[in-house]
Amino acid sequence: MRYSAFKVIKEALTGHRGWGPAWRDVDPQPEYDTIIIGGGGHGLATAYYLAKVYGGKRIAVIEKGWIGGGNVGRNTTIIRSNYLLDGNEPFYEFSLKLWEGLEQDLNYNAMVSQRGILNLIHTDAQRDAFIRRGNAMMLNGADADLLTTAQIKKRYPFLNTENARFPIKGGLAQHRGGTVRHDAVAWGYARGADQLGVDIIQNCEVTGFVIENGVCKGVQTSRGTIKAKKVASCVAGSSSRVMEKAGMRLPIESHVLQAFVSEGLKPLLPGVITFGAGHFYCSQSDKGGLVFGGDIDGYNSYAQRGNLPVVEDVCEGGMAIFPMLGRARLLRMWGGIMDMSMDGSPIIDKTHIDGLYFNGGWCYGGFKATPASGYVYAHLLANDAPHPTATAYRFDRFAKGLMIDEKGMGNQPNLH
Amino acid sequence: MIINHPLLGPRDSAEFTYLGDASMIHRPNWEADDAVAQFAEYGYQRANPAGLHRELWFHEGGDRSWLVITRDTTTHEITSVEMARDVARAEGRTK
Ligand SMILES: Cc1cc2nc3c(=O)[nH]c(=O)nc-3n(C[C@H](O)[C@H](O)[C@H](O)COP(=O)(O)OP(=O)(O)OC[C@H]3O[C@@H](n4cnc5c(N)ncnc54)[C@H](O)[C@@H]3O)c2cc1C
Repeated sequence: MRYSAFKVIKEALTGHRGWGPAWRDVDPQPEYDTIIIGGGGHGLATAYYLAKVYGGKRIAVIEKGWIGGGNVGRNTTIIRSNYLLDGNEPFYEFSLKLWEGLEQDLNYNAMVSQRGILNLIHTDAQRDAFIRRGNAMMLNGADADLLTTAQIKKRYPFLNTENARFPIKGGLAQHRGGTVRHDAVAWGYARGADQLGVDIIQNCEVTGFVIENGVCKGVQTSRGTIKAKKVASCVAGSSSRVMEKAGMRLPIESHVLQAFVSEGLKPLLPGVITFGAGHFYCSQSDKGGLVFGGDIDGYNSYAQRGNLPVVEDVCEGGMAIFPMLGRARLLRMWGGIMDMSMDGSPIIDKTHIDGLYFNGGWCYGGFKATPASGYVYAHLLANDAPHPTATAYRFDRFAKGLMIDEKGMGNQPNLH
Repeated sequence: MIINHPLLGPRDSAEFTYLGDASMIHRPNWEADDAVAQFAEYGYQRANPAGLHRELWFHEGGDRSWLVITRDTTTHEITSVEMARDVARAEGRTK
């Protein structure tokens, strides 16, 4: 079924009885060409592009809970391509371009809103670093704009630019960045993949791999063994738990990241603001809630909830630049499990086991990557070779010293 | 989280910084034939378990001692806190 304005009007007049489910609820087949483990944004996007762009057939996405119940439904929905390093920037810019055409491509309203993102500058050294990053972005075909304090004040009159410790001395803006309705991304890709014949199997947990003579031939699940020619793990925060079942250790630690949303307010924050020095970022959802967050809690966790010191830290950061935040009541807070990699960048690669592929290490920034992650992972699955924008995301980069370390923090996952 | 420091008693976890898996106590021997491979494993690969995890914490805002804490990563419950020095010696590390 195609969605259109005409369809909406027709259904409004006929009591909304003509809407069908957006994807089929299917039982697993005994065998597939490709099994994708994990029905998050990346897994569903992989299935969609594999079927649509690379002509894949007999594809299943296997999800232990319900699709969209992981990080794709827990993040703060920011999209951007403001990276510095060559290994990253072409990939994230490819992703942003895919976001720009996503809704037409999927025939689904994902509320892609290019409301712009602004990184605040407080020191000369930070300005130099941001100018360098802006230039790197433009060299890769992205947009970047260095704003003065006066320009920022015009758009965001309520910002405290005179904070004694962190006066605002300007900002690096990416006007094409913004936010997307996160659940709709999962649902839109699920519907698109389903229409191309992909089986989306929910409530089916992968509990092991069928590996014979170094070749992966399928997965064991809570609903029985399912055979496949290729198995593609795409489980974000659960990466180590799943790959351990294939005997692998990963360059990843799982950490909890918290997010917060205030009660609904009238429109006041037109774009996304990041106050990196104060470990705080914020945007306003279309419902009016201020959506904000800061650092990860900083210790290994699979608990999907964090602790109070970080809550306090995030709120202090918010109050420092955004004093009126103190008047808003907090409506909800929650946590998600981040697959923090050793250099802060992801891995999209074959494993040493034939037929077994891996996608993970997204840290706190994988939502913006969803379309490109799916696209390049599908490319890898179809061609056994990396997509041109993802050649650096290899397992062996750590042993070879080819880290993609945007922040220059070294092998300390909780600092990325 | 409250960390029950062996010398100082219960302290707020916010006084501490976190390093990671306590297996990092055992730095590989740089003279070994396969030292490069061992260091790649040591530096970058982690078990990252869901459940009990032995990990290194540093009392940065306190007595600056290193601790080995056993904590459940699915509940954050801390079941044991030891001085890292004692653990390292007991596990045979001499330097
Ligand atoms: C609070 C928070 C804020 C964030 N903010 C941003 C942001 O502003 N911008 C941004 O770009 N990124 C952000 N992120 C990061 C982003 O959400 C993730 O990097 C991204 O969603 C991960 O990819 P995914 O959508 O495929 O993951 P998920 O949605 O977590 O998908 C993984 C799926 O695998 C399933 N699974 C796990 N184990 C198994 C198994 N054994 N068998 C079958 N299925 C299994 C899980 O149930 C889950 O549904 C944020 C994350 C959090 C938690």
